[in-house]
Amino acid sequence: MANVISDETIEYVGILAKLELSGEEKEQAKADMGRMLDYIDKLGELDTTDVEPMSHVFPVENVFREDVVTNGDERERLLSNAPQEKDGMFVVPRTFE
Amino acid sequence: MSKQYETVIGLEVHVELATKTKIFCGCSTAFGAKPNTQTCPVCTGMPGSLPVLNKQVLEYAIAVGLATNCEITRYAKFDRKNYFYPDNPQNYQISQLYLPICRNGGVEIETEQGGKKTVGIHEIHMEEDAGKLIHDEWEDCSLVDYNRSGVPLIEIVSEPDMRSAEEVIAYLEKLRLLIQYLGASDCKLQEGSMRADVNLSVREAGAEKFGTRTEMKNLNSFRAITRAIEGEAERQIDLIEAGESVVQETRRWDDAKGESYAMRSKEDAQDYRYFPDPDLTPVNVSGEMLEEIRAKQPEFRTEKMARYREEFDIPDYDIEIITGEKALADLFEATVALGAQPKKVSNWIMGETLRLMKERETDASDLRFSPENLAKLIALTDTKQINSSVAKEVFEAMFEENVDPEQYVEEKGLKTVNDEGALKKTIEEVIAANPQSVEDYRNGKEKAIGFLVGQTMKAMKGKADPGAVNRMLKELL
Amino acid sequence: MNIVDMTATQLAAAIRAGKTTAVEATEAVLAQIEKEDKKYNCYVTVDADGAFTQAKKVQERIEAGELTGPLAGVPVAVKDNICTEGLLTTCSSKILHNFVPTYTAEAVLNLQKAGAVILGKTNMDEFAMGSTTETSAYGPTKNPRNTEHVPGGSSGGSAAAVAAGECIYAIGSDTGGSIRQPASYCGVVGMKPTYGTVSRYGLIAYGSSLDQIGPLTKDVTDCAAVLEALASHDLKDSTSVSREDTDFTAALAEDVKGLRIGIPNDYLGEGLDDEVRAAVLRAADVLENKGAVVERFDLSLVEYAIPAYYTIAAAEASSNLERFDGIKYGYRTEEYAGLHNMYKKSRSEGFGEEVKRRIMLGSFVLSSGYYDAYYLKALKVKALIKKAFDAAFAKYDLILGPVAPTTAPKLGESLADPIKMYLGDIYTIAVNLAGLPGISVPCGQDSKGLPIGLQLIGDCFQEKKLLRAAYTYEQNE
Repeated sequence: MANVISDETIEYVGILAKLELSGEEKEQAKADMGRMLDYIDKLGELDTTDVEPMSHVFPVENVFREDVVTNGDERERLLSNAPQEKDGMFVVPRTFE
Repeated sequence: MSKQYETVIGLEVHVELATKTKIFCGCSTAFGAKPNTQTCPVCTGMPGSLPVLNKQVLEYAIAVGLATNCEITRYAKFDRKNYFYPDNPQNYQISQLYLPICRNGGVEIETEQGGKKTVGIHEIHMEEDAGKLIHDEWEDCSLVDYNRSGVPLIEIVSEPDMRSAEEVIAYLEKLRLLIQYLGASDCKLQEGSMRADVNLSVREAGAEKFGTRTEMKNLNSFRAITRAIEGEAERQIDLIEAGESVVQETRRWDDAKGESYAMRSKEDAQDYRYFPDPDLTPVNVSGEMLEEIRAKQPEFRTEKMARYREEFDIPDYDIEIITGEKALADLFEATVALGAQPKKVSNWIMGETLRLMKERETDASDLRFSPENLAKLIALTDTKQINSSVAKEVFEAMFEENVDPEQYVEEKGLKTVNDEGALKKTIEEVIAANPQSVEDYRNGKEKAIGFLVGQTMKAMKGKADPGAVNRMLKELL
Repeated sequence: MNIVDMTATQLAAAIRAGKTTAVEATEAVLAQIEKEDKKYNCYVTVDADGAFTQAKKVQERIEAGELTGPLAGVPVAVKDNICTEGLLTTCSSKILHNFVPTYTAEAVLNLQKAGAVILGKTNMDEFAMGSTTETSAYGPTKNPRNTEHVPGGSSGGSAAAVAAGECIYAIGSDTGGSIRQPASYCGVVGMKPTYGTVSRYGLIAYGSSLDQIGPLTKDVTDCAAVLEALASHDLKDSTSVSREDTDFTAALAEDVKGLRIGIPNDYLGEGLDDEVRAAVLRAADVLENKGAVVERFDLSLVEYAIPAYYTIAAAEASSNLERFDGIKYGYRTEEYAGLHNMYKKSRSEGFGEEVKRRIMLGSFVLSSGYYDAYYLKALKVKALIKKAFDAAFAKYDLILGPVAPTTAPKLGESLADPIKMYLGDIYTIAVNLAGLPGISVPCGQDSKGLPIGLQLIGDCFQEKKLLRAAYTYEQNE
């Protein structure tokens, strides 16, 4: 296996992705990611010098909306799925120090 | 301090655009609504919702780019900036990293020494604002309101071209005026429609290389910016003098305490994993679109000042002040267009308007009275239907709630009494009641007549033309 | 004929002719679900009450002559990653176990306009990540042709429901083969339209640049009718394409004379099951006998599609799935210490293994220092793959090949080795990368009695050619 994923990398990716893995899951994730990256490294065989990266397949451009208010008060609907709400707002763990 | 240091400052200025709706959905951007009442699936990150760009946002961004001498990117894209925070409902912010709409511009500012200098603009990009977090003291939790989520912003990133707090303020003032003149934003620091993050480093005078910089956030007044810059420069110099090094980090300014502290967290990797947003299509700015926006660019301050000097006989100082706020210049021009004499309009703005603005802490953009009513008020004084002290009283009412001065004067019975008989009778009574002053006047004390005029005005409850009173008094004496 | 054995076109004709009603049809299909779904587990949610309410209304409108199309009154199953107002939408994930959307996907609205009766939501691989419908948090779906085998995925519930008569037709989503492959495994017709043909508004995104909603039906005629109803230019989806030629049922003719069909040698090579190869080549002969010009050619780059796909899809997914954070909807962990712990625990407990695997991979390939090497590289390879298809379509009207290398594997065989599972997508994945339309049509079965699928791939916007060839094959099979 060419790609060896370190504990630090898995820890770091966990911070980025907000995932917390158990010890066993971590080992599995390290192995899986290493194998996937080995596999993806196959792309390196292709010479892509002067190739423009393609994010959209079609040249669809300039899709706009006009600056006109179309939405009204949908608060009740918005909050209908909230795990926890108060005073018309979503409750989250304290964010201020 | 043995060595001489130079402070190097670059600014990231966020400006909330004055659109009616959010950047990617049809929700209102109006201020002051109840929490979460201006939201929809798009701006609250509901699964399956998709963004569509508000055309006005693009037009404003290009207009600001043109006003700041930027190159307009003809093929621009939106990228996702990924980070978790509760005010960011998708946990990514739609912004622009790889192909921002404007690049390589700059604006000229005046330096303290009276010279001119150009502050370079690295880029301007479009992005969405976050929601608001409110701390709930009772339950020790925070509450999220997404009304501001998705409000359009432009971020103007300067080059590290500024060397002092004064230059920073001059640069911000310049941006504020340009953007206000465009009508793209009201640019109020206190309300957060203009926000500045300060990137600052210090280096020994004459050094080529920049020092390590820090970024300071939460600066919501010119005063806070000035203090934060001075405080941070001092902190960095102290570190260097003590042989320590400056750490590249983001710091939060606490204006109450007058100090900044590092915003660091283990959970904050500052790795935003930008990539092109697959939900939005690229923006292709055609030559035609660019020309249309260019043609709509307004007269900016410098041009306006020159024109005022040419067209209106008012002092340079007045021009300076009036054109210093787009709203004042608009008021001035509209009132003059209604036939009022420029100097008189200018006097009302320079005098009573500024006085009351200061007293009531009102922003120029929040002035309530219309040019029509100011023109009417000036006409009332021109035709001597009211005198100047009554006019001030009427103006104050206009300032409060834009009353129609004609109607107001009528209703309150404030019109100057032009009945010669009544005036003569009152003056005779005043003369009779103040023999000493009459005597003084006759003995050559010119000043004594002022007292008599005052007494007459008082007896007339202010509703007389002081000029006429003066004239008649002299005749009768 | 039994209602549950009818195609949509047949059933709608019977309803229009007064031989049955939308309500009777709904009753019949719900009875079939009641009878069969314990065996197959096609559905996450069955909405019997809602279906009857809709059926009654639709029947009234059919009788009033307002609804006359081939889908009026016909019961449909909707994949559980497509939002339906008021009806639980889980993506087969614990993290959305209680999510009830307040809006309906544009595709479903389009079906409702055509008189569809929504029966419920079908099982799938969690967030469409998988090829077997075994990663569902609500248990695997089983292949109605042989319950020891998987139905394929990720739209396994939709394909199985069509095969089991638990709906008359279904809709699914296809990011890398997720409609075509389960259609192939279950012996039904499945189509992935050209990117942008069906609105993605309300489709809970996996890989936004690759996802398309499409039909799973009993025959090609229904496939054309359903796609005709689904397709629309939606202003809420920036990537939606405006097309004129969406009268797909007009393409249903037996006519392939002179049609140039290319079979990529790369699609018949190592890893392809002999029985599948034989069936696919027999199908090619059928078309050749009807006048098509069939040739072999080298498509090239086939083996690079999978690594490019997994890089792009995982990157987009890692960002798309950030919004599931336990704040606005869905699962929130019971106990937590602070914000970041709440995020981590909610997401770790809410997402399944395969989803976490792809989120981790996607976050990594976008992270600082790796973006160019992985993500950007994959986008460049995508451009090369698109070019290879462009070259092929300069020579051929259609590309013909297998849908999958094998017939449906046994339950439990695939998940142990993710890379092996990913390799199963080799013939379907490039179609998504290039935005092309692809259809899966049954072409016999293997010695175990498991269905085999024939894949036809068209150039962008060439669905009509695809449907014509598929229809011709179906009529002459």
